[in-house]
Amino acid sequence: MKKCSNCSKPATLHITELRNGSVQALHLCEACAQEYLTSSPLSDANGPEALAEKFGQAPEDDLLYEDLVCPNCGLSFREFRRQGRLGCPHDYVAFEDELLPLLENIHGERQHVGKFPKRAPDASKRQYELIRLRNELKVAVNDEEYEAAAKLRDQIQALKADAEM
Amino acid sequence: MWWAQPTLQENANVANSLDNLTHTSGEWLRGSGPESDIVISSRIRLARNLAEYPFPVRAEDSVRAEIELLLRDKLAGLPLPSPLMYLNVGTLEQLDRQFLVERQLISREHSESHGSRGVGISHEENISLMINEEDHLRIQVLRSGFSLDECWAEVDRIDDSIESQVTYAFSDRLGYLTSCPTNVGTGIRVSVMLHLPALVITKEIQKVFHALQKINLAVRGLYGEGSQAMGDFYQISNQATLGKSEQKIITSLKDVVPNIINYERRVRKALVKENRQNLHDQISRAYGILKNAQTISSEETMHLLSSVRMGINLGLIDDLAIPTVNELFIHTQPAHLQKLRKERLESAERNVARATYLRYRLSGGAAEQN
Repeated sequence: MKKCSNCSKPATLHITELRNGSVQALHLCEACAQEYLTSSPLSDANGPEALAEKFGQAPEDDLLYEDLVCPNCGLSFREFRRQGRLGCPHDYVAFEDELLPLLENIHGERQHVGKFPKRAPDASKRQYELIRLRNELKVAVNDEEYEAAAKLRDQIQALKADAEM
Repeated sequence: MWWAQPTLQENANVANSLDNLTHTSGEWLRGSGPESDIVISSRIRLARNLAEYPFPVRAEDSVRAEIELLLRDKLAGLPLPSPLMYLNVGTLEQLDRQFLVERQLISREHSESHGSRGVGISHEENISLMINEEDHLRIQVLRSGFSLDECWAEVDRIDDSIESQVTYAFSDRLGYLTSCPTNVGTGIRVSVMLHLPALVITKEIQKVFHALQKINLAVRGLYGEGSQAMGDFYQISNQATLGKSEQKIITSLKDVVPNIINYERRVRKALVKENRQNLHDQISRAYGILKNAQTISSEETMHLLSSVRMGINLGLIDDLAIPTVNELFIHTQPAHLQKLRKERLESAERNVARATYLRYRLSGGAAEQN
């Protein structure tokens, strides 16, 4: 599923813009599409032209990474590019699409070969599950979805209890 | 929190530990390993991180302190042949940190960084475990001479031991996850330190650089910047860490280093054969200056010691041992000198102290080391 050009949510709307003889394909999620489609044509900075330009830019362009942020540690991909260091192990998931070509560049490979931890891989999987659930909990609380939040809290407790066994 | 404020007792212990280090030298300097005329040391380092914490650069001070305490605790319980000496690098003075860098026990990054960080060092200085450097944990094993297999066996064992106590950040696809993508995968850095004075004299060292570049191995001069390494020491290591197994990476170095060793030996032989008089003269003069100078800079010391070291290998100097020379490279460094004298010294004073120390060690003061 393609990601929205503006944020990292899945893109559900695909818009083809024809302007001055050039064709631009835009992939947007519902929220960003609404914003794009209803923005005032009189406002320059946010006009459809400016927005389209911004959304349609090549993936390497910095502007596109503005909203690419790791939900776990809060590091933005742009910050990573600037400082060369990642913020947390989950960044490798959050920035997966962007990192793989970089890794190919550095190492000439994309797949690990060699030693792996002897402890049940479940342990690692559990850690990621915990990070993911904690994250969803944060979102649920923010959105005031308290029922969902309670369910997530239970799941987190269960996983932690599991880990202690 | 008691661990945040080192007690007077702890401070005294640290001072004692560092003082002890001053008068000894790491086992890896003994010059007793395989091919030790050319290969000073072999080193393998693993980068590891805990799964449930942010990387050090992103972690707040309180989190870093938490990580340091956790790992320090785990290190204390490791089944090692000799217990680890733990140093809280964050609370050490600048001179002491510099001292550890000169000893190759911590990296410059570790010394100059900020926040809670430490290092566990084995008595023989073969093992160094850095906490909160660029990654949560950097496991390093050093051995004298060309001994990569032994290094790997040891570092692998220590890694397994730690891993049984913590959960490493690891993904099936990308391997061990590290703060910098250049280390992801195996997280391994395999290095060999070589002494290549003959190749430098004949300017054939460039050929070695090019050959290594082609097979993606990095060369770095030790003790200096740029193409001429001070003391003619060069460190060769792997660049890529992802997509090749640890064994394969180690093998790539095991395959190429003997060629460089042979090359250096060949060129040394040729120099002796074609130019013995001049070579002998150069070496003797170097020895003479080291034994008699009243003030001498670090660069000059490195340069002369390099000649002397080769001279011993070639049998042109017979009253000096390799371990002593290896030691002199380290003990004439700025922080070492100041710790030996137990006082801070300015550059000019250091040059005098260095010369004094060299005269002492190279005369009968070679009534040998501990």
